Amino acid sequence: MKHLIKSSVSAMAMAAALATTAGAQDDMPSKEEMWKMLMAQQEQIAELKAKVEALSMEGVQVSAVDRKEIEELRNQVANNTEAVEATTGLVETALSGDSSTPDNALRNFRGADWARNTTIGGYGELHYNGGDKDEIDFHRFVLYANHRFNDWIQLQSEFELEHSLAGDGKPGEVELEQAFIDMDLTTGLGLKFGEYDRHNFRAGLFLIPVGMLNEVHEPNTFYGVERNNVEARIIPTTWWEAGLGFNGQLTQGLSYDIYYTSGLAVPTEGGSAYAIRSGRKKVAEAPAENAAITARLKWTAIPGVELAATFQHQTDITQGVADADANLFEAHANIQKSGFGLRALYARWDIDSVAAEAIGRDEQVGWYVEPSYRFSISPEFGDFGIFARHEQWDTEAGLNLDSNNKTTTFGFNYWPHNNVVFKFDYQSQKLGFGADGDDRINLGVGYQF
Amino acid sequence: MVHVTKQDKLLSWRRPFSVKGRLSLFASLLAASLVASPAAVWAETVKAETYQAPAAFIANAFGGSAPRPKTLWLKPDLQEQIASIMDHPLNALRLRYWREGGRTAWILEKIGKEQPITAGFVVEDDKLIETNVLVYRESRGWEVKYPAFRNQFAGAMLDDNRQLDTNIDGISGATLSVNAMRKMARLALFLHAHVLAKGA
Repeated sequence: MKHLIKSSVSAMAMAAALATTAGAQDDMPSKEEMWKMLMAQQEQIAELKAKVEALSMEGVQVSAVDRKEIEELRNQVANNTEAVEATTGLVETALSGDSSTPDNALRNFRGADWARNTTIGGYGELHYNGGDKDEIDFHRFVLYANHRFNDWIQLQSEFELEHSLAGDGKPGEVELEQAFIDMDLTTGLGLKFGEYDRHNFRAGLFLIPVGMLNEVHEPNTFYGVERNNVEARIIPTTWWEAGLGFNGQLTQGLSYDIYYTSGLAVPTEGGSAYAIRSGRKKVAEAPAENAAITARLKWTAIPGVELAATFQHQTDITQGVADADANLFEAHANIQKSGFGLRALYARWDIDSVAAEAIGRDEQVGWYVEPSYRFSISPEFGDFGIFARHEQWDTEAGLNLDSNNKTTTFGFNYWPHNNVVFKFDYQSQKLGFGADGDDRINLGVGYQF
Repeated sequence: MVHVTKQDKLLSWRRPFSVKGRLSLFASLLAASLVASPAAVWAETVKAETYQAPAAFIANAFGGSAPRPKTLWLKPDLQEQIASIMDHPLNALRLRYWREGGRTAWILEKIGKEQPITAGFVVEDDKLIETNVLVYRESRGWEVKYPAFRNQFAGAMLDDNRQLDTNIDGISGATLSVNAMRKMARLALFLHAHVLAKGA
């Protein structure tokens, strides 16, 4: 009997010691030590329970003194169990970094509040382009920094270095691709009109919601080393502006975006006159005279299927130099079902300008189709995917001449991990006006984290 | 030599508790609340969108009245197997689960993009019979809570590689949330087999 009491005393002392040391972060025993202590306590409890049960079996002669001891032992078992529960709870709280009470906050191992609420991420891609270009280039190195201020307000930002070296005479650029405050109005203010709607507000510098690549272009999320020409030249990805607006969900599977932002500023003379891609000012002391309104609807009710359409009205894409308002219409389907993929996109600009009409750039249009198939080699080796893409785009469609450009691409992606990709593709180009296309092989390696 | 009585010995273990009285009172309250109210375990500083209270999910899983929860101690070798599914061990020493006959229910958490998703799973005959998103904290990717997405998990089992034997199609724009749901589903199936094999 006596040794049972002794062992339960030591168990309680251990529990108390653990409870004490839990308050002093520096003296915290290691996880392994704590684990061993807890397991030892568990074993002792089991032992005590077994002995108590054995002693209270029917037919065993139990004296009044023994009966009292059995009662005490039961109490001690109950207290031991409570102590183990409490200790485990404390340890788990300390490990979880929960600061919801002052006591928890003291035991918080996870560092400063801002560090817990800040996430860093990024992506990057190295390209080799064969053919006439014959070039190797670290095309993009991007870092995200997101910070959550509270449960409904967060900062999202994206910082990019292109082509490795930026500066005067250097090929690269340092760019701020996104930096905006996002406010979840449904969580923060309870803004809701029905059962399934949700609404966010954002202000700052952000990507225009158009196409498939403009918002999601981490290298492991698409096929082909370089981005397709339709989205690069017609849309023109990557495209960001500054302004404000709303996005969210109208109902299950139907989301919306509507933004009021700065507009394009295309040159009105020279070879790039009214070329859409040249109109991106990237919010670098950009002219703010004439804004743009963009609206998108996206349907995702079926898992693996996304259908979306974007409409944009630019009040004057020359920002006061000439007078040219323009409309963009884009629609696409992005399907990924059981490894089979299909992307199809159509985009079209209509520019209301006599000057643009004269050079055929009042109408700029493009489309592409990209079937693909992705399968798992094995859980260790990762996934492999093959694709083909046919694209056509025309930045002088208003001319009714042979200005159409075509590119056909075949290739594959290998993903050793979902966030790492090796890419290969072969492109065959046929340019408008009989110009020589650059047929070439491209290789790439990319990552996201 | 001082004669130490039984009374003294009983008091000697009580002493550390009275010195650290407030600490242990708080600890006992914490322990009591953990046992008494499953919902309190998942109280968060970040206000989240709760689609179904964990307590309601468990009650539903067992036809209206939840059995007493059981404790699964996450020993190192079990954590190793968990890490092979979740890409990391669980950040806890034990996991609470519910069992009645051949049916178990699990409430698991995994980070989607930046915030944890709390999901509930019910397993019977080594098949997933119920998959629910209980609490969602991200600002996007909430499509994973739709029946259209969750129904894909119905009847799913684990294959020999501990992967799901059913294809789960992703939702574009919610890939990280979809992956988190897939991993938790696999973990629920794995733990179900584990506790049934243990006879717990």
